[in-house]
Amino acid sequence: MITLTKNTVCALVAACALAVSAGGAMAAGGGKHYDKQDWSFSGPLGKYDKAQLQRGFQVYKEVCASCHSLEYVAFRNLGEEGALGYSADQIKALAAEYEVEDGPDDEGEMFTRPAKPFDRFPSPYPNDNAAKSANGGALPPDLSLIAKARAGSMGPDTGIEPLTDLVRMVWHTVTAYQEYGPDYLYALLTGYEEPPEGVDVGDLNYNPKFLSGDALAMAPPLDDELVEYSDGSPMTTEQYAKDVSAFLMWAAEPKLEERKRVGLNALIFLAIFAGLLYFTKKRVWSDVDH
Amino acid sequence: MSGHSTFQPQNGIVKWMERRLPIIGLAHSSFVAYPVPKNLNYWWTFGGILAFCLMAQIITGIVLVMHYAPNTAIAFASVEHIMRDVNWGWMLRYLHANGASMFFIAVYIHIMRGLYYGSYKEPREVVWILGVVIFLLMMATGFMGYVLPWGQMSFWGATVITNLFSAFPIVGDPIVELLWGGFAVDNPTLNRFFSLHYLLPFMLAAIVGLHIWAFHEAGNNNPTGVEPKDAQDSVAFTPYYTIKDLYAIVLFMIFFVWMAFMVPNFLGHPDNYIPADPLVTPAHIVPEWYFLPFYAILRAVPDKLGGVLLMFGAIAVLFVLPWLDTSKVRSNTYRPLGKQFFWIFVFVCIALGYLGAKPAEGGYVIASRIATVWYFAHFLVILPVLGLIEKPKPLPNSISEAVLAKKGGSAAAAE
Repeated sequence: MITLTKNTVCALVAACALAVSAGGAMAAGGGKHYDKQDWSFSGPLGKYDKAQLQRGFQVYKEVCASCHSLEYVAFRNLGEEGALGYSADQIKALAAEYEVEDGPDDEGEMFTRPAKPFDRFPSPYPNDNAAKSANGGALPPDLSLIAKARAGSMGPDTGIEPLTDLVRMVWHTVTAYQEYGPDYLYALLTGYEEPPEGVDVGDLNYNPKFLSGDALAMAPPLDDELVEYSDGSPMTTEQYAKDVSAFLMWAAEPKLEERKRVGLNALIFLAIFAGLLYFTKKRVWSDVDH
Repeated sequence: MSGHSTFQPQNGIVKWMERRLPIIGLAHSSFVAYPVPKNLNYWWTFGGILAFCLMAQIITGIVLVMHYAPNTAIAFASVEHIMRDVNWGWMLRYLHANGASMFFIAVYIHIMRGLYYGSYKEPREVVWILGVVIFLLMMATGFMGYVLPWGQMSFWGATVITNLFSAFPIVGDPIVELLWGGFAVDNPTLNRFFSLHYLLPFMLAAIVGLHIWAFHEAGNNNPTGVEPKDAQDSVAFTPYYTIKDLYAIVLFMIFFVWMAFMVPNFLGHPDNYIPADPLVTPAHIVPEWYFLPFYAILRAVPDKLGGVLLMFGAIAVLFVLPWLDTSKVRSNTYRPLGKQFFWIFVFVCIALGYLGAKPAEGGYVIASRIATVWYFAHFLVILPVLGLIEKPKPLPNSISEAVLAKKGGSAAAAE
C-alpha cells in the first residue's frame, strides 16, 4: 500500500511539473519584472470589491473612455452577479447618458437614441482610422480584454533565471495567482518618469514599465485629484490606477466570482469522492497480493 | 477483444441479442473479464485518464461548436460571446482549452511510462506505432484548435507553423497554399482548420480503438516486463482496474479542475486575447506549451529545411524505436544503465520545452543544440548500444515472485 500511495504522489507531482514547466516559461517572458499588488479577487476565494469596481468604473468613464473603447461590455453587465452591484434602475439611468447609433428606421435613415441596458459601451471613435488620426497615428486599444491580454513577469526571484522561471511556474499554479494582468496595468499607469539623461523619446512618453520598449504614445492619463471620489478614498494616482486596473479585470473576466465558486465546489466534491474511491479500491484489492 | 468470449448470458433478451450481435459479450471480454497483470502501478492509469480526456474534449467541443462562428470577421467576438453571454460558456471554453493541456500532460506521462517499461517491445510494436499515430493526430488537432479563437497567437502561430512546409523543395509551396486555401492565412484557412479540428478527434477515437484492440491482443505489459505465466499473475479488469482507474481519473480531475477554474489562463498566451491582426507581428511568437520541445529542435538548426526535417524526425524516430532498442529486457527496473539514461532523457525533453519558450538567442541556442543532439543520440546511439553492453539485473521468474520479493523487501525495511 505504501508503494502505491507513493506512486500516486509521484504521478501527480510529475503531472503538475509537466503542466507548469513550459506553460510558465511562456508567461514569464518579457524580461521586465513587476511588483505583485494585493487584489481582493486573487486566489481561490477571491471576490471583486464592488466599491473598488465602482470607483474604477468612474475612472474609466471620466478618463480612459475619452480614447479607449470597451466593446465587449454591455451596460447590463454592470448589474449582473459578481459585477459592480448597480440596480436595474441605476443601469437604465447610466445607459441613458450615452447616445448610440441605431437603424435604419422605416425611411431607411440611421438615427441616434439614448442607450439601453442591452447596448454595449459605444466607442469614442467611429472607426479605427478616426481613432488613429486623433492620436498621432497610434490606435488606443480596446480595453474589454486588456487585463488578460497583458502579463507582467512577477513572483519570487532567486537571481538565477531558469530557477526563477521554475519557481514562478510552481508559485503561480499553487497559489492560483494569475493577476499579472492588473499588476501590469497598475505598474504602467504609475510608471511614467522623466526620461533619463541622453534618452530622447521624441513625441512619445517615457515609461520603463511599458512591455514593448520604454516609450509609448499614451500620455500619462492619471494625476492626483483628477477624479472626484465620493466615498472618501484617497484621490491619488496610485489609488486611481489600482481601482481602474481592478475594474478592467472585471471587464475582462466578468464571470470570475462564479468561476471560483463553482471550481471550489467541484474541488470539494471531487476530494470527497476521491477519498471514498480510495477506500473502495483498497477493499476491492484486499484479497490480491500486488 | 481477445480470444473467445467466456460470457454466459442469463437474461433472455441478452441471449437473444448475443445470438445475433455478440456486442455485450465483446464488451464483457474486453472490459470485464479481460485479464490484466496484477502488479500494474499508478503510471498505468494514464491510459484510462487519456480516454477520459478524449471524451471530455469531444463533449465540451461539440457544445462549443453550437456557439462558435468560424469566420475571421466574427470568430474572436463569438468566443467572447461564449465567455460572456452563453450559459456556462466560460466553463465550457476553459475546460476545453485547459483540457487540451491536460490531454498532453497525460499523453507525455503515458509515453514516458511506455519508454521506461519497454512497452514498445515485441509483441507490442503495433500498439506503440498506433500510439505515435494518436500523438501525431493530437498535435494536429491541438494546433488547429488553437487557431480557432483567432487571436494574435492563433494567427501568427498558424502563419509560422504552416510556413514551415515551404522549406520543402518543389512540393513545399503547393502544400502551403493547400493548407492556407489561398496565399496567406485567412478565412479559408480558418474554415478548413475548423472542419479538420472537428474531424480529427473522431479519427483519433477510431485509432484509440485500434490501440486498445492491439494491446488487448498482446496483453498489458507490466512493471517487471515479465509476461504473466499463470492465473495467479493476473486479475480481471473489472472490478480491480475499473475501480483503480476511476480513482486515478478523479485524482487527475482535481488537478484539471484546479487549473481550469483557478488559473485558467496560465497555460495560454496573453496575446491570444488580442484579436488577430495580419499587420502587427507579436514580439515573440510561441506555440502552445506542448509543442515547445519540438519548437526548440526546429530553432536549434540554423537551416530552415534542416530544422523542419529534424523536428519531424524527432517524431519519426519514435516509429522505429521498437527496432532501435536492442535490449532483451523490457523494464528499466532491471536495467541499471538504461534507467539512468531514461532519466537523463526525461530531463533533456523538459529542458527542450523550457528552451522552446525562451528567445532563440545566445546561450539558449547553444543549450538547444546540445539537447537536440542528445535527443536523437538517445534513440540512435544510446539505446542500440546499451542493449549490447549492459548487464541487466536478474529478472524475476514470474509476476507473483516479483510481488512477493517486493513485499518481503518492504517488510524487512520496515523492521
